[in-house]
Amino acid sequence: MADDLLPLLTTGLGETLYMVILSTAASLLLGLPLGVALVVTEPGHLLPAPRLNKVLGTLVNVTRSFPTIILIVVLLPLSRLLVGTTLGATAAVVPLSIGSAPFLARIIESSLKEIDRGKIEAGLAVGATPLQIVRKVMIPESLASLTLGITMAIIMIIGFTATAGAIGAGGLGSLAVRFGYQRYRTDVMLATLVVLVLLVQGVQWVGNVIARRINRNRHKFG
Amino acid sequence: MIEIAGLNKTYQTPSGRVHALKNIDLSIKRGEIFGIIGFSGAGKSTLIRCLNRLEEPDSGTIRIAGREITRLDPAGLREARKKIGMIFQHFNLFESRTVFGNVAFPLEVAGHSKPEIARRVAEILELVGLGDKAHAYPAQLSGGQKQRVGIARALANDPEVLLSDEATSSLDPSTTASILDLLRDINRKLRLTIVLITHEMEVVRHLCARAAVIEAGAIVEAGPLLELASRPQKEITRLFFNPRRSECQAGLETEEATIG
Repeated sequence: MADDLLPLLTTGLGETLYMVILSTAASLLLGLPLGVALVVTEPGHLLPAPRLNKVLGTLVNVTRSFPTIILIVVLLPLSRLLVGTTLGATAAVVPLSIGSAPFLARIIESSLKEIDRGKIEAGLAVGATPLQIVRKVMIPESLASLTLGITMAIIMIIGFTATAGAIGAGGLGSLAVRFGYQRYRTDVMLATLVVLVLLVQGVQWVGNVIARRINRNRHKFG
Repeated sequence: MIEIAGLNKTYQTPSGRVHALKNIDLSIKRGEIFGIIGFSGAGKSTLIRCLNRLEEPDSGTIRIAGREITRLDPAGLREARKKIGMIFQHFNLFESRTVFGNVAFPLEVAGHSKPEIARRVAEILELVGLGDKAHAYPAQLSGGQKQRVGIARALANDPEVLLSDEATSSLDPSTTASILDLLRDINRKLRLTIVLITHEMEVVRHLCARAAVIEAGAIVEAGPLLELASRPQKEITRLFFNPRRSECQAGLETEEATIG
């Protein structure tokens, strides 16, 4: 094992985690309201607005049709505007967030749509406002499903950062490309893959544990 | 207490326009338990859901406790709904909340303080006989207990009216009887006006002094139970109210007729 392997991996992992955490936070900030809006503006829901619903749905679909790498390139000027550079992990967070927000919005939308309409009506019947129903009924009632959906999105973002890494974002993806591929460092390539696999497994495990705990609390006996 | 006049509701379906409610006029007195009985698809659920505007009527007026429900803006409607409790066939409890949390929900919505909520929830759970179940989750309760939570939630804000949308239709007969007893109990204790819809004659017989029969979106007959039973004017009323020709017998007769 080469001496530089460990420092390379820790730096790469650090950058990847940095990008994943910031991008997840930012895409949740964008995706949660968007996902809620996609549900509540549907005809017959809390705040029906068919035209707005169509516009939002189209916007989400268009963003999701872009291949990852194209989206990153297209959004580079925005990165420069927001964080002052087009290189490095921080610059990558901008396209990563914008690229994953629509995906997250769709996942949140489908979780929120699983809720029985009767529960929403029970909320309406006691005079709750739409915002109270979103906060106190829809989100808590679908929390386990939301957790699994967000877990899925985080794993997608991890894959997304690897692609971004290939074009200058840093992180494990960049390590695999620059060392593993371009310099024929098989050890770096393999080690990077192992770390990525462990990372994905770990995230999924944590997500499953949280979702199970939410469900267990609701069904515990005694 | 409740005045319904000229109420109409239509639905647009793929196969055309369905007239779900046709010129409904009804008057319900303060403190009574009023039953609306009809077969499924007769429009009774649409009718009761119009009373708190979970369904928007096309035309007509609804007045509850002097307030014209049909003219309220969204904020006014929310205020009015706080005084109109509702219970549902499938209970519609929040699974993420305990029994306490479910009953606390309307109080949180109305902006009560935490100690106030705790006091009120304990009081109502006692009233519905679930004083010891405050920390259980709905998934741990039987059907009858779930409906008791539903009733407690509906009563939390001290409503003037309770709407019961087939509240006992998914319960077994003995549980149904205990829920009906509870409804009569709270009607007496709290002087609460109750409007219930059902397809079960037993429910009406058990609770109501007055009732209306609904068929194909129209009220075909309404009045005191005794009158409906002794002098039914319409065939469907006879079907529901005359014990000598019950729903079941009528069914048998048609069956015999087709066989014979």
